[in-house]
This record gives sequence, structure tokens and C-alpha cells, in this order.
Amino acid sequence: MWQYIIKRILGLIPLLLVISFVIFMFIHLIPGDPARLMAGKDATLEEVEEVRQSLGLHEPFVKQYISYMGNLLQGDLGYSIKSGAPVVDLILDRVMPTLGLTFLSIIWALVIGILIGVLSAVFRDKWPDRLGMLTAVSGISLPNFWLGLVLIQLFSVQLGLFPTGGDDAGWKSYILPSFALGAGIMAMIARFTRSSLVNTLKQEFIRTGRAKGLSGTSIVFGHALKNSLIPVVTVAGLQFGFLLGGSVVVETVFSFPGLGRLLIDSIQFRDYPVIQAEILFFSLQFILVNLLVDILYSYLNPKIRYD
Amino acid sequence: MGSLLQVNNLKTGFHTEDGMQTVITGIDFEVNHGEIVGLVGESGSGKSVTSLSIMQLLHDTPGEIIDGEIIYKGEDLLKLSEKKMRQYRGNELSMIFQEPMTSLNPVMKIGKQIIETISLHLNMSGQKAKQHAVSMLESVGIPRAKDIMNEYPHQLSGGMRQRVMIAMQISCNPSLLIADEPTTALDVTIQAQILDLLKDIQEKTNMGILMITHDLGVVAEICDRVIVMYAGRIVEQATVKEIFNNPKHPYTKGLIDSIPKIGAGLDELYSIPGAVPSPKNMPKGCKFAPRCEHVMDICNLEEPALAMENGRSSRCWLTQEQSQQEGVVGHGQ
Repeated sequence: MWQYIIKRILGLIPLLLVISFVIFMFIHLIPGDPARLMAGKDATLEEVEEVRQSLGLHEPFVKQYISYMGNLLQGDLGYSIKSGAPVVDLILDRVMPTLGLTFLSIIWALVIGILIGVLSAVFRDKWPDRLGMLTAVSGISLPNFWLGLVLIQLFSVQLGLFPTGGDDAGWKSYILPSFALGAGIMAMIARFTRSSLVNTLKQEFIRTGRAKGLSGTSIVFGHALKNSLIPVVTVAGLQFGFLLGGSVVVETVFSFPGLGRLLIDSIQFRDYPVIQAEILFFSLQFILVNLLVDILYSYLNPKIRYD
Repeated sequence: MGSLLQVNNLKTGFHTEDGMQTVITGIDFEVNHGEIVGLVGESGSGKSVTSLSIMQLLHDTPGEIIDGEIIYKGEDLLKLSEKKMRQYRGNELSMIFQEPMTSLNPVMKIGKQIIETISLHLNMSGQKAKQHAVSMLESVGIPRAKDIMNEYPHQLSGGMRQRVMIAMQISCNPSLLIADEPTTALDVTIQAQILDLLKDIQEKTNMGILMITHDLGVVAEICDRVIVMYAGRIVEQATVKEIFNNPKHPYTKGLIDSIPKIGAGLDELYSIPGAVPSPKNMPKGCKFAPRCEHVMDICNLEEPALAMENGRSSRCWLTQEQSQQEGVVGHGQ
């Protein structure tokens, strides 16, 4: 198992190199003169030249790449054009709220989603299934900005239980946005768990389990569920990756200081170093989540490990 | 040899769009202690449904037992609660299945799968259960049993998996083992090994085995008695010797003739024409009549009863007519 994990981590190195190169190219792919674009329309020639110097754009291409990679390895992602603050600090400020929100959303989406999926599969075509799938369809169909607004109206304005936005109220500020974010994912997980489990319950080893004298609960939780989780882990992993990038819509609705809003602000101000750093950060997160999902696959299905 | 399992007038049906379709139409047979009984027939003849009915494992099928009794050691299994029945499954009555490739949980270690059964029924735990599992694996001829305990099913060959399955299902020392085509999915050489193993276990433990198969070769190899099923009913019942020496029912004859013979040309291989009728389109009279070489007028009009004679039975107008004539001749002498 460890051998497999180390092999997979080593396999990431070439991928990371390619990604960093593509992101480095980003600034060169902007049509026209990037220094002029960043300096703004009304900038004088001297100001444009200053930007060029500060970004090192006057250097030869290869040298630029080497110094970019050198800085990157030292954790230096440049400075924000808008605020002048180091990009690393800007991102670090926003990472923790986004991470907290993401983890909370995915955890409750997994717990409730799998529970609904299991109940629906076990009581297939009976009322728990219909109720579960109705919940799932609602979760997928309701847009999360709308759900967010309804939640604010109900729990913050009417009942006064949670803050209407921001992240100043500790754990309470995470409840409503994580609910708005997680509802769709919970619904998807419920559907995938259900269909996968329904399939697994038709397998022959389930009959073997019954022939051994196992109870229905032992069969579902001891034998069937682990065999059904691969598609669930795939979906949850993908959604987790997206969430780590911060949700623009939900963060805006709840005025939540996460990465999603930072990205939107940077795009509006053409703050290229910040955009570049965020893209790099998102890519890294996606790669790590993918790795995690692959490792989970090999835990869930020993065949994958040995092949 | 006393009666271990007695099936009386078992009727099992399937829920279909057109209502309940009876697929097992009131069958009676018994399995004695220490006896291997073969249940033979083509696909669709009702063998597997019969075995699943005995185990009451029709959960995942649209099937349901409509009527009858399944007396095991004097107790009617059909009257037991599901909880009580669970205590019997894997413990008193065990079952092994056709596909060793898919009948074991692919994501659970072999050891854990066997220990699960042992700790469920034998009140053993931890080290003791583990030791028992290893000794069971050794008893079915698995080399390096301790290592195999930590392996997954896909790391073993088909024959090995079937041995694991047998070890698991006899680990609680059942009195009755139902083997549903246990060798069909295996290579011929492995088939012989598995049959030898089952025979060996049966001799050591005196368990009764109900061997479900479509292969009369298997029957000849290990069975004591044979029940031939066709279209959800028993058409012939006799000892192995009687079946092969003097089959009464044309269907049994057809099955025996279909066994490939060494030295015979390929074009000489016999097969019974047609197929088993579906429960929806059952012929009115004898269910085998449309495929029978010896069909008579009465066959299409009325279904013959299962007639007992000298400890064997068959369901055929022709044999009943013949034995009647013999009976008349006999009286005349």
C-alpha cells in the first residue's frame, strides 16, 4: 500500500512541472504587451517600464522561467498590483475560511447523502426511497444562491439563529453557507450511492452472505456498502476539488471572505499575479484531491492496488 | 440413515406482471443423513429455485414460497421466524454456489470472510476463530492457509476460491450442504478434485449433500440417489445405478444420451430437441410431451402422476402402461 502511495506521489512531479509551465505562460499569452495592460490605459511610458522591470518581463524567456520557478519553490508568488501586498499573504488569509467551509460542506453532504442513498437502495420503490429521491432531486434542482437567500431569510432574519454573513461569528458563520453549498453535493452523493448499492445488492456474494446467516444490516454495511463506494468517492472527490477553489456565488451571497471572492475581485482589477497564483493553487488542490481519491480507490478495491 | 430433510408438496411461485406464476409445482423428496442426492435437470427446470426455497433465500428474486413443508430434523423451516432461520443458515444448512469468481466478497480478505461465519454461529472469537478458519482452509486442501487468510479472492484461482467457499460453508459443521452447480464453472481436472473433496468431507462428517447439477457425469461420480426435475416438477427419482442402467422417463434417457461418449464422432452427439417450456406456456398434458420421441395421444391430454414402483418413481404414461402390462402378465403366470 505504501509503495503504491509513494509511486503515485513521485508520478506527480512531471505533472506539476507541466502545470507550472502552463501557468507561467499565462502572462505571456495575454494579447498585446502585458506590462502596458497591467499598468493601465493612462500609465506613462516610465510607469509601464517600471511594471515591466518589476515583473522581470525584460529578461530573456528562459531566464524568466528559471527565476519564476526559483521564486515559486521559495514560496514567493509576487506582489498584488492592486494592493501591493505579497500574493502569498492574500491567499493565506482566504484559505482557512474556504477550507473550513469546504470540509464542513463535504462532510455533511457525505454523511447525509450516503445515509439517504442506503435507505433508498434498501427500501427500493417503497416510501423511504421516494422520499429520499425527492430530497435528492430538490437538492440538485434548487440553485444554491436561492437556497442561500432563503436560509438567510429564515434562520438569520426571522429566527436570528445565525449571522447573515461574514466569518466573524465563529462556527456559526459556517453553518448556513456550508448548507447552501453542500445541498447539491449531498443530493448527487445520495443518487450515486443508491444506484451503486442497488447494483451491488444484486451480486452473488450478497447471496453468499445471506447463506452464511448474516442479517440484512450486516450485509448492507459489512459487505455491500464498501463495494458500492467507488462512484461515490469519485463524485465527492470532484466536488471537493471544485469547492476548494471557493464558491463565487455562495461566498458572495453570504459576504464570506473566501478564495472565490478573491478570484472575482482579482479578475475585475486585472490583478494578474493574484490570478496566476490562484490558478496555481487550484491546480495543486485538484491534483492532491485526485491523489487522495486514487488512494481511496485502492483502499476500497484491492484489485486496483495490485494491478 | 434417517431422514434429514424432507420436502413435502413444495410450491414456489414468481410474481410477474400477469400475477403469480407457479414454477415449482408441489414437489416431494428427502435427503437422508450421510447421503448425496443429485438434483438434475436443464436450465429452467427449477433446480436452483428449489434449493433457494429450502434455504429461504428468495429475498433478492421475485420468488415466494406458496405452500408446502420443509421439514429439517423434524422442524418445519417454513414456520420459523426470519431471525431463527438466520441461525440455521450457514450453521445447520449451508450452501455453495456455482460461480466461485463472484460468490466471495471481492473487497474483503478471505480470512475475514470465514471468521465472520465462525464468530456468527460458533461463539468463538479472536484467536480461536482465526485458528479454526486456518484449520478449515487446511482441511479443504489449501496450501499455505495462513497466508491465504490475508489475501483477497482475486488473488486465487477459480478452484482455490471454490475450496475457500467450501471451507467457509462447512466451517460450522452443517448437517446439510446444498451445492448449486459447484463444479460447472471450473476446469475439468479441478472439477474432479472438488467432487473428491466434497465426497471426502461427506464421508468424514456424515453430512447430507443436495447436489444440484445439469451434469450427469457429476451425478455418476458422487451421488447415491438422483432426482430428475423438468418444468418445475419431479419426473423421475431413483438410485444412481437404476438411473444409468434403466432410466424410466424419456427425459432422463435423453439426458443420459446427451453425455458425450469417448470414441463417438461429433455428429453423433445427441441432444434433446426443443427447450423447457416457460411457466406461461405450459403444455396441457405431460410437460415433456412436445419434446418426447414416444409421445402418445394421452400425453397431450392429461399429465401423468408420479408413480412409485419398487422404491423408485417416474412421471410417464409409457412406463406406467408398460408396468401395468407387466403386472397383467405377471398375474397371468
